[in-house]
Amino acid sequence: MYSKTVMDHFRNPRNVGVIEDADGVGEVGNPICGDMMSIYLTIRDDHIEDIKFQTFGCGAAIAVSSMLTEIAKGKSIEEAKKISNKDVAKALEGLPKNKLHCSNLGADALHMAIKDYEDRKAAKPKGEDKRREKHEHTHGEKCYCPYCDSEIPEGETFCKSCQLAVDQ
Amino acid sequence: MKILNLDHISANPLLPEVQSAMIEAIKMNYGNPSSQHKAGDQASEALERARESVARLIHCAAPKEVVFTSGGTESVNHAIKGLALANRDKGTHIVTSNIEHNSVIRSLRRLKTMNYQITSIPVDGYGRVSPDHVAQAIRDETIVVSIMHSNNEIGTIQPIEEIAQITREKKVIFHVDAVDSVGVVPIDVQQLDADVLSFASNPFYGPTGAGGLWVRRGINIWPLLDGGIQENNKRAGTENLIGIIGMGVAAECAMRDMDSRLTHTRKLRERLLKELPNYIDEYYLNGHPDHSLPNLVSVSIKYIEGESVVLMLDDENIAVSTRSACASGSLRASHVLLSIGRAFAEAQGTLVITFGVDNTEEDILRFLTALKDVVKTLRDLSPLYPKTAHS
Repeated sequence: MYSKTVMDHFRNPRNVGVIEDADGVGEVGNPICGDMMSIYLTIRDDHIEDIKFQTFGCGAAIAVSSMLTEIAKGKSIEEAKKISNKDVAKALEGLPKNKLHCSNLGADALHMAIKDYEDRKAAKPKGEDKRREKHEHTHGEKCYCPYCDSEIPEGETFCKSCQLAVDQ
Repeated sequence: MKILNLDHISANPLLPEVQSAMIEAIKMNYGNPSSQHKAGDQASEALERARESVARLIHCAAPKEVVFTSGGTESVNHAIKGLALANRDKGTHIVTSNIEHNSVIRSLRRLKTMNYQITSIPVDGYGRVSPDHVAQAIRDETIVVSIMHSNNEIGTIQPIEEIAQITREKKVIFHVDAVDSVGVVPIDVQQLDADVLSFASNPFYGPTGAGGLWVRRGINIWPLLDGGIQENNKRAGTENLIGIIGMGVAAECAMRDMDSRLTHTRKLRERLLKELPNYIDEYYLNGHPDHSLPNLVSVSIKYIEGESVVLMLDDENIAVSTRSACASGSLRASHVLLSIGRAFAEAQGTLVITFGVDNTEEDILRFLTALKDVVKTLRDLSPLYPKTAHS
């Protein structure tokens, strides 16, 4: 079901843990399948000097977090902001379609952590932890029926092919 | 390392007796049981022999009350849709419980779109249905009550006989989904006093693709499949004879070995439950402590997710099942676990461990040793694991 790269990152996740005095922390959760990711950053000279993660979730979620930290480590903040969930999935040689939404939250967590760092630098009050409250579709992101894998148009919550609600 | 199967509920191995009977059956080149020549007679005799074995397994009044199907899902679909359609002139209301198998839930959901009304009753924290709730849910238009005998996720066994008293009194047809019970625990349809009962062959080490529906004489039911007049005109289509022969032999073995299997699997279950706290902490056991399948343990392990556990145990050649949303295909939390009051995150860490005749007590210890490491690895990764507990 998972690619070799996914299984490698799942079995030997890179950069696991907590940075106690992190410069930025991002946390995202998805109530649909319950995945939760925390990303911790150490920033030096506008670059990600260190990055660590913790994840509660399936094999895909753990592999996504691990791959994300590998991609982001050493990047400048501006470069890191450009990392997308799609880039992570691509680096993992793909994810099962129905997990693209659910478990592919790594870049979101990273962007949250960067925002947290920038807010702290600007001495803004700490933002609320971001939790996705519903099945959100980022513009241009495709969504697939978890039962039959057929594509579901943006905004739709009903699979015509299965005649079933996919987002109850 | 040898693969350790603790996921018998997903796939049971075929008994050696079943394997040889099926291989022999293939070599026999049987004809069509409906044909009137010798090849047909031979096939029909083999078919009826299997029917007699299966009828004895569930203690029904006559073998012809057994309808062969392609398995549990077809049996349940047949029961629910067939009863609903055949009894529509009496009413369109059906009573069920919140923890039924998807084959029941989705059959009923389908009927709902055809103007049937469904009442689904809650269960207690152990997953038990209260017969009083069933009685309260039945109204004048109620035609069918459908309650499972045992639950496939938590193992809880329902008070079927008490519910049958109510349905008998109120003259409502009672369907029992006994797919995970028949051949696993003693089932006597006369004693249960149900009207229709679904079962499958794989739970008692017969082949997948073979199952059955017991329909008490006099019960009105439509076929699910229309066509020929096979199976007493209740299920059209040439029978899956090879599979049915395997099922018949599996039924004979189940009757012969019922007591020793029960003793064996109960011993394994007790050992696992006794040893579990020596290996992991912070978990919940799901299901009823006494009214439960002898071969199933459902455990929700806190702070971790089940699919990860399954994948890591698979690396150790150990097969278990999870009820985590992530592994469900539909990515939904288990309705059974939510119904018994498990929180979402707890449901995520749920493993279903099912034993078979091939398991030993050493297997239990091998599993627990591996599980301990996996739980530690995943908890170290988990943001939910309380930081104070890390050190």
